[in-house]
Amino acid sequence: MESSNPQPVEPQGRDAAWAKPVSKLKVTGLSAGAINLNVDGRQLTGLMHGFGQLWQKTYKVRMSGANVTPKEVIQTWKKNFGKFWPKGNYFYSALGEIVPGEVAVLNLAGPLGITAPGGRPVISTGIMVIYADDESFSFMTPYGHMFAGMNTFSCYEDGGTVAQIQVLVRASDPLYEIGCRLGIVHKTEDDFWKQTLTNLAADFGVEGYVQQTTSLVDPKVQWSEAKNIWHNAAVRTGIYLLASPLRWIRNLARPNKA
Amino acid sequence: MAQANIRTNVRQIDGKASVLDIQGEINAFAENALMDAYTKATSHGARYIILNFSQLEYMNSSGIGLLVTLLIRANRQNQRLLAYGLSEHYRQIFELTRLNEAIAIYDNEEEALAAAK
Repeated sequence: MESSNPQPVEPQGRDAAWAKPVSKLKVTGLSAGAINLNVDGRQLTGLMHGFGQLWQKTYKVRMSGANVTPKEVIQTWKKNFGKFWPKGNYFYSALGEIVPGEVAVLNLAGPLGITAPGGRPVISTGIMVIYADDESFSFMTPYGHMFAGMNTFSCYEDGGTVAQIQVLVRASDPLYEIGCRLGIVHKTEDDFWKQTLTNLAADFGVEGYVQQTTSLVDPKVQWSEAKNIWHNAAVRTGIYLLASPLRWIRNLARPNKA
Repeated sequence: MAQANIRTNVRQIDGKASVLDIQGEINAFAENALMDAYTKATSHGARYIILNFSQLEYMNSSGIGLLVTLLIRANRQNQRLLAYGLSEHYRQIFELTRLNEAIAIYDNEEEALAAAK
């Protein structure tokens, strides 16, 4: 018997590169050791929902001398995304690969590479892959992340293969914006993505020089979004880490369950 | 290097509104065409810029970034962006990226023009 309800049409071809809309993020299948905070149940922030000034930054590295196509670079990048990050920063995803709709947890070092005792990351946040095809992929961030916005990772032919990261972001809340105005947050982000591109190029045997261009798209702050500070992932992760001894004592005091 | 695959056309409806017809693909290479068309659409003082997506063939995430840039530019100039002709798929993309909260979406040109009155 045929159903009278029309079946939703699944996107085909290039349209399948887009993730489907979600009202709240859901984290699944993380490996042990990941600090899973500030992602599950959170909503994605749109580019219009951050607090601070809107910046567009482009980092690019030329794969000089490497006999590699843009598709091959993107394929490698998608399969090993976290591997190219600077030390002390971790990318946890269930599939271990960049695919549309994937939600990943990020455990990050703090500004200027600061970590907690034992080298533990100090910020737990996340991303959702909103787009991924053979030549590019893009992330958006949930509330609480340092930046509200979108990062696009791409590779193209321009007299040789060029790998590029373009970020279009606002600081999410007033605390992060202060960090941006002081230059600390911007420097941390710039160093992060430059090192990522350097590591990516090195994987193809290239000693890459990363070029950066920065432009201020909107100098205004959006005071209506100051409330985002409630979700601040750095503050919440800090509280979580400070409370670790209390959780340890509480677990000791609990009777063991058979 | 890949080339732009976008064609634009600007129609001045009246002193308040212009329609920007978009045909082809919106990706990173569409920036100049899109920004030039926007400048033309606003050159006669239009406050409402209506984006006609009915002949949009494809848009990737760089294209969404371009629309955000366009939106910021419009907001700073006290102009409003409206849209119509989006397929169900691209309506979902607007929802995913929350652009639908900043760019009002209509089913057709008549409705968009009525909103611009």
